[in-house]
Amino acid sequence: MSEQAPVAETISPTEEALELLQKRFKKTVRRDDREGYGGIVVDASRLEKVAAAIHDDLGYDYLSSATAVDYLGQGDHVEMVYHAYRIAGGPALVFKAQTPRDEAVLPTLTGVWPGVDFQEREAWDLMGIRFDGHPNLKRILMWEGFHGHPLRKDWHEPFFEEELKPFGSRWPDGHVQRSEEHNPYGKNVQYPAEWSPEAYESPAEPAIYDNINLGVDVRTDLATDRVIVSLGPQHPSTHGVFRMVVRLDGETIEGLEPVMGYLHRNHEKIGERNTFIQNMPYTDRLDYICSLSNNLGYAISIEQLMALGARYEPPTYRAEVIRVLMAELTRIVNHVWAIGFLLNDLGAFFTPMMYAVIERELILDFFEATTGSRMMCNYMRFGGVAADIPARIRGVANLINDRVRDMNTMDYLHSLIHERLPRAIDQLDEYLTTSEIMTNRCMGVGVLTRDDAIAYSAAGPVLRASGVPYDVRRAEPYSIYPDLDFDVAVRYHGDVYDRYLVRLDELRQSIRILKQVLPLLNDTDGQPVFTGRGVYSPRVPAGESYGRVENPKGELGFYVVSEGKQNPRRYHVRAPSFINLTALEQMCKGHKVADVVAILGSIDIVLGETDR
Amino acid sequence: MTDNDFLKELHNPDVPVPEGMQSAVAVTNIGRLMDSIYNWGRRNSIWPMAFGLACCAIEMIATAASRYDQARFGMEVIRASPRQADLMIVSGTVTKKMVVPIVRLYNQMPEPKYVLAMGACACGGGPFKEGYNVVSGVDKFLPVDVYVPGCPPTPQALLHGFIALQKKIDAQSLGNYNSVPWYGRGPSDAIPVPVLGPDLYDPRQGHIMRRQHEAAQSAAQDKQADA
Ligand code: SF4
Repeated sequence: MSEQAPVAETISPTEEALELLQKRFKKTVRRDDREGYGGIVVDASRLEKVAAAIHDDLGYDYLSSATAVDYLGQGDHVEMVYHAYRIAGGPALVFKAQTPRDEAVLPTLTGVWPGVDFQEREAWDLMGIRFDGHPNLKRILMWEGFHGHPLRKDWHEPFFEEELKPFGSRWPDGHVQRSEEHNPYGKNVQYPAEWSPEAYESPAEPAIYDNINLGVDVRTDLATDRVIVSLGPQHPSTHGVFRMVVRLDGETIEGLEPVMGYLHRNHEKIGERNTFIQNMPYTDRLDYICSLSNNLGYAISIEQLMALGARYEPPTYRAEVIRVLMAELTRIVNHVWAIGFLLNDLGAFFTPMMYAVIERELILDFFEATTGSRMMCNYMRFGGVAADIPARIRGVANLINDRVRDMNTMDYLHSLIHERLPRAIDQLDEYLTTSEIMTNRCMGVGVLTRDDAIAYSAAGPVLRASGVPYDVRRAEPYSIYPDLDFDVAVRYHGDVYDRYLVRLDELRQSIRILKQVLPLLNDTDGQPVFTGRGVYSPRVPAGESYGRVENPKGELGFYVVSEGKQNPRRYHVRAPSFINLTALEQMCKGHKVADVVAILGSIDIVLGETDR
Repeated sequence: MTDNDFLKELHNPDVPVPEGMQSAVAVTNIGRLMDSIYNWGRRNSIWPMAFGLACCAIEMIATAASRYDQARFGMEVIRASPRQADLMIVSGTVTKKMVVPIVRLYNQMPEPKYVLAMGACACGGGPFKEGYNVVSGVDKFLPVDVYVPGCPPTPQALLHGFIALQKKIDAQSLGNYNSVPWYGRGPSDAIPVPVLGPDLYDPRQGHIMRRQHEAAQSAAQDKQADA
């Protein structure tokens, strides 16, 4: 355990960086002076050198997010946006590089921050930016052979109606129409005019095995075969529809490539058609175990933008207290779930998971009473939360012995936070921490060193189990976390076992936070919980923002570009589950194939967020 | 169901039974007796496939856990292999990339097999329907037996779906080949596996594609003739 003090910044990171970089790179580095924007713009030709200087000389060793924006009609370029941080804490340095739309090429930064690997592949797949020198530039979310780069502004999906919602066909007249009836195939498909399925060989599967030596090579001295194993997408231990292609020598892993996109639901494309508030329920479905903390991240990023304009009132203290209450309860839900499933992956089938899920149900009862839904809460708003917590919890649907349960909410929370949950956590600790299954299969397995964890942009428990006390709640505090007393959990071995221990520690810290939050809830009773104007589409001034929160799985970020319209121009999610997978191969190499499952379980991914 | 109800259901109403013996005697034929025994056995031992797609899978797991306890339906035996499963619960968004393995898995399941579409996504595309990688409902490719709406359906709703499936099984009769085709002929035809081309292509729609090509060709010819 160690306490991490917030770093006080006197000079803005952009000024500091500009001063140093302009001295060295002259005019190829300039300030981004579009209204509402910040950071620096780097000439594509010097991007690699400048990035290296930012990493080595300025000390921005942690690249949180890299994403692309299509500025069709506003200069007709696509722009890569990078958010770099110092692992010691503090605000981001944002730098950008632009390249023309029809010939989009940029140098890869995998040499500087290896963690950018998948994010560059995503930018290639969805936005069509080719990265020179990238070691494995294949599509990542869609399949190889798919036509077009769907996040381009001029690319239209088969069920396309209009650029922006609300669609004229549905509002204000509001008649029903079935998109299927407008498509000759009755399906959500479109084909290039000249394409014909006859004699067509789909490149989707072969492309997955590109770069992997398929030939079986018998090494006589060891008497083992080289084989390629494809795990998933339907596999009981891949936590959803995740797939890995593993190259084995005997049972030892030589290489591993994650294959994803089986749950790519086009969150960002849909999000760019939606109005700002319409995206809130979609964020629930990112990391569907932690919907409330996703809501919080999105609300924060939009509030940042709204704060640029006039007539914005920040949320009241009570609203912030409720937000933290929800976020920490969500963390408990997630971590008990993750621990239960880790044990499942280790072969301790179902029993630990069953215990974990019991506690989850109790918390979900509270969520249901407050937000109206067990899982998809859609609860936070720009400027507060949708409703105050109710006075009583009535379990109408969950009858026990035919009795409707009717409890005072504060009493319920009190007994949950002070008795029930701490006891459950102690129980998990007591039964699991010293269990042979845990110790034998987890200690020393899947080690990620401190330097690798930072370089690969790992986040959350994965990063903290490798000895890096980095927690957004402390490094760049938001909401009321500065007022709260808690430690950043950290462990130092970087193996599966330590990731489990970090989660246990975090569970205890969450309880500690919740114990401080309860009296605050009582103190602020009666304050309003929403300060915004209750309108269907709030005004969001033009500009960009990157809001991030410490989600249970790691740093969740929302990069939003607004043009002052009802809808965002760009809406990007920095998904911790997705980026944590970049280091999966690093963790697995040299271990046995059975360990992959344990290592994957210890990263704790959720596919809704990985694939979006 | 009490014993009495069970007898009443079996009983052929055309055959009169004396007043006092109605609670103890049923006159029936062998087919009906077999049906009820057979269906009773099948309905209480539906093995679902361990197969979670998206958010709805979390509620499916919650249904399997202790509070909702789907073991009451004889459904706690969750199999990872399609070869051992009777029921495919399509629990979440079906994407174009994923529908290929889903069709394969369905083809690998032995008959009799059932499909339960869980949630708005599996029923008809749900909130992500307009997405370019989303299949608007698994019934575009597989025959679905039970639809459970909701986003996600609560565990109670899923349990209700299980009960609906049991009712469906109860209504099947060994004497009627249309309701139990798998006992009549050989194995039924496999569903053609979709192809990942420039977009998802369903081999059953070749005729539509040909029609589209012809229409495009004649349009091009018309244009030429005009010029
Ligand atoms: S129906 Fe709703 S909860 Fe279920 S998979 Fe679709 S989006 Fe998720």
